[in-house]
Amino acid sequence: MISVENLTKYYGVKKAVNNISFNVKKGEILGFLGPNAAGKTTTMRVITCYLSASSGTVRVAGYNVFENPLEVKRLIGYMPENPPLYTDMTVLSYLEFVGSIKGLSGRKLDESTKRVMNLTAIEHVKHRVTGKLSRGYRQRVGLAQALIHDPEILILDEPTAGLDPKQIIETRELIKSLAGQHTIVISTHILPEVSMTCQRVLIINEGEIAAEDSIENLTKRIRGSEIILVEIEGPKNEIGEKLKRIDGVSEVKFQCTKDNSLQVFHIETKPDFNVRKELVKIVVSSEWGLNEMRTVSMSLEDIFLKLTTKEEEV
Amino acid sequence: MKNIFYIFKRELGSYFTSPVAYVILTVFLVLSGWFFYNILAGFIQYTLQMDQQAAYYGVQSGVNVNMMMIRQQFHNMAIIAVFMIPMITMRLIAEEKKTGTLELLMTSPITPIQWILGKYFAGFILYTAMITLAFVPIFLLFLFGNPEFWPVISGYIGLLFLGGAFLSCGLLISSFTENQIIAAAVSFFIFLLLWVIDWISSSLSYTWSSVIKYLAIVSHFDDFSKGIIDSKSVIFFLSFIIFGIFLTYRSIDSVRWRM
Repeated sequence: MISVENLTKYYGVKKAVNNISFNVKKGEILGFLGPNAAGKTTTMRVITCYLSASSGTVRVAGYNVFENPLEVKRLIGYMPENPPLYTDMTVLSYLEFVGSIKGLSGRKLDESTKRVMNLTAIEHVKHRVTGKLSRGYRQRVGLAQALIHDPEILILDEPTAGLDPKQIIETRELIKSLAGQHTIVISTHILPEVSMTCQRVLIINEGEIAAEDSIENLTKRIRGSEIILVEIEGPKNEIGEKLKRIDGVSEVKFQCTKDNSLQVFHIETKPDFNVRKELVKIVVSSEWGLNEMRTVSMSLEDIFLKLTTKEEEV
Repeated sequence: MKNIFYIFKRELGSYFTSPVAYVILTVFLVLSGWFFYNILAGFIQYTLQMDQQAAYYGVQSGVNVNMMMIRQQFHNMAIIAVFMIPMITMRLIAEEKKTGTLELLMTSPITPIQWILGKYFAGFILYTAMITLAFVPIFLLFLFGNPEFWPVISGYIGLLFLGGAFLSCGLLISSFTENQIIAAAVSFFIFLLLWVIDWISSSLSYTWSSVIKYLAIVSHFDDFSKGIIDSKSVIFFLSFIIFGIFLTYRSIDSVRWRM
């Protein structure tokens, strides 16, 4: 549905997006993950025809965004990071305005306005001026605005930013319910959001794609190495030293001391090494006490940090 | 065409839902009324003097209302318009940039030229309303005197052209910035410069002085206020308007590249 090929975008001399390519299939929910200023919004803006690419091509449903912007814009519902509200209009008149410039009129406009107000639960504030709404409601009006012409493609730039936990869950449910009939691209830097709503993740950092895969694969890919949590009773520094020397351990991180003598460590192993046996041997031979040992699975958060932060120690 | 209308409707609506339109209309009407009153008072005094002299010499007195009152009032209205139009145009695009609604317009299936025209017409209608209301006292003159009708109409058309040209220039300036104060200040500077630019013409060579004289918007307006609709001036104003809108379009289009 959306195909991005070798997209590059410069802001002056600064490269915001560097030669990225990806595809989004029809009916898929793609999560765009990255730290701030990674190039997420820029990429979205190019897809929605707001910005022009410095080089590369973007096609939406076969239409080139540069050559057929009107066709592309008709297919896309876009919700920018800050909801684009006219603060002097009421919710209802705002939605009617957006609907009409998106090509709806007459009865269809009325029906669509009602439908999106129901979907985003803003019916009861429809006569209020958008400028006086709270952040959460503005966000919902922004979402309603993107949905009004029932677009095939939805591009949502941080749709849950500024919402309270209940609203976040509702919004995620709403996005999930839209999957299938709509192709959705969501950008966020909130990781659980991606694992909860998206089928595929694209991690983008400093304008480049750091990883692109389904969530399970991404987790698996890094699972080769694992993190083991151990609680050992004994002297902190000595334990650290000895653990580091175990064959197959790549990193030992001290976490905290519990009850004065219990030392908690995170041990990261090299791929396909089992260090547990060796670890127990050392504990026994040094006459420490082993209180706990368990595998900590790598969360999406760890994967994200691993991919987006440079390891400078190595 | 429909899209132009939707934008126009929203834009005009926002002038009137906020105090902007009311403040602009009030200020314009009070000021032009004040000028009109003073011209009228001066005119009455002058006619009384003329009547006395005419009676003394035993001749018919004749004072031209058009030349002595209406033409002056047109010039006053034009000067007030120079002050008021930046307030009409400053928000047109700068505000959209500031609040992020430009992103909505740019990603909606309408072309930039459609929404630029919609905005231009909204500003133009507000300006027309302002001018038309300020014509009420001029038409009152018809009840008490016998001014010529057509020069009044040509002056009205002239004011519309003049305002149309300033509006398109102000719209262009509003597209350069997201700060409304800057848009207003720069527009005001340019309008005033266009108004007085021919003062320098006497010290220039013939070619340059004719160029400067052509640019001076007041000389084109002068014809209309005298009752002359000169095609040269009509073409000047129309090309000024179209050029301003065209440059606005280019300026908006370049946002996609520059940002």
